[in-house]
Amino acid sequence: MIEIFQILLTESFWAASLRIATPLIFGVLGALICEKSGVLNLGIEGIFVAGAMAGWMAVWLGTGLWGGVVVAAIAGGFFGLIHAILTVTLGLSQHVSGLGVTLFATSVSYFSYRTALPKVSSPPRIEPFRPLEIPILSELPFIGTVLFQQTALTWLALFMVGLVWYVMNRTGLGVAIKAVGDNPNSVDAQGLSVYGLRIGAIVVGSALMALGGAFLTMSAFDAFFFGMVNGRGWICIALVIFASWKPGKALLGALLFGAFDALQVRMQTEVGAKVPSQVFLAAPYVLSIVALVIAARRAEYPRALLTPWFKGQR
Amino acid sequence: MTSSPVLILDGLSKSFGSVRAADAISLKLFTGEVLALLGENGAGKTTLMNMLFGHYMPDSGKIEIIDGSGHAKPLQLGNPQASIAAGIGMVHQHFTLAENLDALDNIMLGSESFIHLRRNKSQAIRKIQKIMNDSGLVAPMDVAVGRLTVGERQRVEILKALYQDVNILVLDEPTAVLTPQEADKLFENITAMTKNGLSVIFISHKLREVLAFSNRIAVLRHGRKVGEISSKEANERKIARLMVGEETKVFSKKELQVGEPVLEVDNLTISGSSKRESLSNISLSVNKHEILGIAGISGNGQTVLANAISGLVKSSSGKIKIDGKNILTNDPSNIIQAGVGRIPEDRHKDGIVGQMSVAENMIIEDLNDGKVQSRGLLNHEAIMRHCSNLSSKYDVRGPGPNASARLLSGGNIQKLILARVFEASPKLILANQPTRGLDMGAAADVANRLLEARQRGSGVILISEDLDEILSLSDRIMVIYDGKLRMAETHDRETLGLMMAGEAA
Repeated sequence: MIEIFQILLTESFWAASLRIATPLIFGVLGALICEKSGVLNLGIEGIFVAGAMAGWMAVWLGTGLWGGVVVAAIAGGFFGLIHAILTVTLGLSQHVSGLGVTLFATSVSYFSYRTALPKVSSPPRIEPFRPLEIPILSELPFIGTVLFQQTALTWLALFMVGLVWYVMNRTGLGVAIKAVGDNPNSVDAQGLSVYGLRIGAIVVGSALMALGGAFLTMSAFDAFFFGMVNGRGWICIALVIFASWKPGKALLGALLFGAFDALQVRMQTEVGAKVPSQVFLAAPYVLSIVALVIAARRAEYPRALLTPWFKGQR
Repeated sequence: MTSSPVLILDGLSKSFGSVRAADAISLKLFTGEVLALLGENGAGKTTLMNMLFGHYMPDSGKIEIIDGSGHAKPLQLGNPQASIAAGIGMVHQHFTLAENLDALDNIMLGSESFIHLRRNKSQAIRKIQKIMNDSGLVAPMDVAVGRLTVGERQRVEILKALYQDVNILVLDEPTAVLTPQEADKLFENITAMTKNGLSVIFISHKLREVLAFSNRIAVLRHGRKVGEISSKEANERKIARLMVGEETKVFSKKELQVGEPVLEVDNLTISGSSKRESLSNISLSVNKHEILGIAGISGNGQTVLANAISGLVKSSSGKIKIDGKNILTNDPSNIIQAGVGRIPEDRHKDGIVGQMSVAENMIIEDLNDGKVQSRGLLNHEAIMRHCSNLSSKYDVRGPGPNASARLLSGGNIQKLILARVFEASPKLILANQPTRGLDMGAAADVANRLLEARQRGSGVILISEDLDEILSLSDRIMVIYDGKLRMAETHDRETLGLMMAGEAA
């Protein structure tokens, strides 16, 4: 017990929590936008891989870091568009299409990596995002290390939380997205396009998901590895329910998961000799399930989630 | 009417596959009038209005809008936005409201730019306030629509249409879910609005309100316009004849001596997860040769009451006796064995197994019967014979006994269920909304079958939202409101309406 408190008091623990949470923040926000419009996007896991791969590859080919971020977003949007056409325009099963997109995006990413670098055994490294040093603020005790030594992508993620909240709750576009996820006929009756809103939401949401992947190769690490996404997309799908489709709670959920993960790494070194390491590795997932069970009972699903809509059929 | 036309529909036709849903319909609407559009289910009313609103593209014909200065302008067809811009507002039969948003958001939806980062709510509220003052339609603006009553939702739906500056308002069955009092209030508001120059088309199949509140009546049958009369010259018989093409049958209900009770429900209480799934201390009895009508607005516990008697939910306390014997709640097969025939509310979902054949659906409740099986093996020939007998006896029409039951039309699905229920000679028939969504012919058939069963000695529980149906068929009437049942002492529309609204009669 005492070890836990000691860990909780260290700066590095909190900084790591935020860092681990960053890709999840992007992913949860992306999934939230898709689901608010009424479409579950299980393509998320593959879109993470595609974002990680495309962003890193672009930087390696010389686009610069922000160029890589844009390329990652476009790649995510592209796979989102595939999912959108299958589920919105054609009205196919969102589960099947989403899993298909995950398999497709993952395979295409691995394939392009191997095609581009057929003979490389250890992947080439890029110069990743550096922590954003802010004069004075970065030197503050505790806060300085936790908040002000993060990379630009973490800041972008936090900014996105505010932006998504604002658009969802303060603009006509947000009202329309929430309406199309609750009762598409309400949108259709007002002369707006159900298809347009849903496809747009999926493409934008998928682009955000891809940024979560890009963070992995361009900020957390400096290269692309097979299997590096490692279920983060699936965690986001659970976190959206935990967050009850609210951006603020999504941030909280992502941070909570990040903290569990940061804690387990440190616990391994502290008491690793007595307890098998697998227990610690599993802990964040077990705790997530517990948190989900508690939160999901009260979750209010978007009413039209998973239900395809066809024009002229009412 | 001395005023000028605002809308001219000219020869509109629309086919779905081989069905002509609208066949060269022409219609005029004049300024400040209330035009009622009448017809059976499937007569083409909703199709016609969906063409006007741009939801459907007509196969042929044109629509003209006449503006204030008398110029006729053709309306771009198949484009809802063009219809909205031309000042046409539509209130759909099924609410088109997002329940997670408040009324204000629902009303503003689509009327603001997506690019703007700020919303001008105060301006919208001022405009809505003015509409509320002019029309008398009032609803709370800041509560999520999911928490409003159906009456309030209906008003939000109309306010939403009026907010778009309409001068032609189309209402598709606006009173289907309202109490008689709420419906009267709605029509008062509509009449007030027409004084300010609004023209209204409303679709209904309630003859009473059509006669009371419209200026003119147009009747559709099989996709054609078959008549147009001024409401002053019309009466119920005249309109009904136009609608079905012949005089409607008046049910002949013989006076019968009631027998001993077949169903006794004693202090039944069910605590469901929500109010509409709960019942408190319900007691009722149904006798042989008797129809007990249960009136009420949907969502007041009818479904859970029917489910309790069908054995689909477990009661918290109370007893159910069938034919004098206590039965367990939540034991459907036992309840069927005890002689209860069930006509469920949602016939597509609970009445048939859509993927199974018509023949299989006919025998699904008596699989143990020696007629269709021996030693656990089904006798295919016997089933087919049974099915074709019943199909002709109950006039079930469709693609044949081997076709999937879901391919039948709503009326034929109901006939299939009736065949299954009545052939078992049940002691008790539980009919929940048995004529909902059926056209007049099919509805009359259901009513006659229920009367026939009463004659033969069955007890019948008839749960319905249609007061006319309850009044014409029932021997006794109870009203369900908020999970409680009350006996109606007098059988008139006024009393029942008040009881349905939860007020003391």
